[in-house]
Amino acid sequence: MSETQKKALADYLIALADDELILGHRDSEWTGHAPILEEDIAFANLALDEIGHARLWYELAATVLGADPARFPDQQVYFRPAAQFRCLQLVELPKGDWAFSMLRQYLFDAFEQHRLAGLVQSKHKPLADAAGRIRNEELYHLRHTRAWVPRLGLGTAESQARMQAALDELWPYAQALGAPLPGELDLLPASWVPGSSSLFDVWSREVREFLKEASLAVPEVQGDVESDRTVHSEYFPTLIADLQEVARLDPEAQW
Amino acid sequence: MVTDALKTIARPSDAQIWAALAEVPDPEMPVVNLVELGIVREIGWVEGGLVVTITPTFAACPAYEVMGTSIVECLRMLGVEHVAVQVRHEPAWTSEWISEEARQKLRAAGMAPPPHHQGDLIQVLLYPVECPHCGSTNTTLRNSFGTTPCRMIYTCDDCKEPFERFKPL
Repeated sequence: MSETQKKALADYLIALADDELILGHRDSEWTGHAPILEEDIAFANLALDEIGHARLWYELAATVLGADPARFPDQQVYFRPAAQFRCLQLVELPKGDWAFSMLRQYLFDAFEQHRLAGLVQSKHKPLADAAGRIRNEELYHLRHTRAWVPRLGLGTAESQARMQAALDELWPYAQALGAPLPGELDLLPASWVPGSSSLFDVWSREVREFLKEASLAVPEVQGDVESDRTVHSEYFPTLIADLQEVARLDPEAQW
Repeated sequence: MVTDALKTIARPSDAQIWAALAEVPDPEMPVVNLVELGIVREIGWVEGGLVVTITPTFAACPAYEVMGTSIVECLRMLGVEHVAVQVRHEPAWTSEWISEEARQKLRAAGMAPPPHHQGDLIQVLLYPVECPHCGSTNTTLRNSFGTTPCRMIYTCDDCKEPFERFKPL
């Protein structure tokens, strides 16, 4: 592997991991607060899975960089400055109401399922292997959100209104899913990763159809969408401060 | 040397090691053990001692650190002083690795075992699920998620009992 490929792959993996980590963190905020017990359990599990997937991607990045896979994930999560994270603003947004979190999870997971299907075909075997493992677990997420989105969209006037408000807010942020990930353009020629823009086209057709059937109208996107992963939302510094507070109090603590 | 000879004598056979590992219960489902769940993949001697390779069920399974500790303790009882537990994610764990005996034990404990799926998870999730209490297939999914990452929750519409199902993966 050339130095350029190494760097590109590590950047790519860390961006994947950051998305999973931050989405998982937002999901975890529902623990003890979800509207019904079943959903409390479901969101806690979604959070656990996403954070577990983040760990797999960080570990793989560690092996690419020659770092210690046992320590690297914690270093990245607990001791990296907020400005060095490469997650999308889509996953940073506060959890909102339950409709908002459910719809975000659906939009993200529906895209991720296509990306993972592409990564399973990767010419770089470690990437294909990890994607295969994650894809099967993610099927359960998508199954869950695909059951809830129409249930809420076609439910009561209130559930429909909440879902529509969530979609109006989320849709512009979701457009950034189609932007290439860090490192992607260097990895594409060797068929190590799928191209985000073509995944986005497939995703966009699929979710538009699905949302329409759930009585939800996709809004027009006005103006430019921020897709630069080095630019974070106003909510992100607080999220990272919360996430890192305890670890930074005592970096040598044994858990 | 005498000490080497002693070491050779003291080293248990692979069969003894596997038998000992088959006594280590799953931390979250103690009716089944780590070998019959397919979590213990390999054992092998290296210069420093014994290496046991495990593959956790779900990537985020929080129980695997406890599994490692239990494995080390169990093998120490067998006289193996130096044990390293290595976690391997590839190939990914699949519920196809759960033995028939373990499936029987799960059912007897009130948990529906995962169906065989030959890799097609989407299809298999559409099939009816048998209640482990009364055998009826008139059952309803309540939650794709349960008390651990590897379980989902159903109720039986005949005997009215709730039950958990081990997720096919």
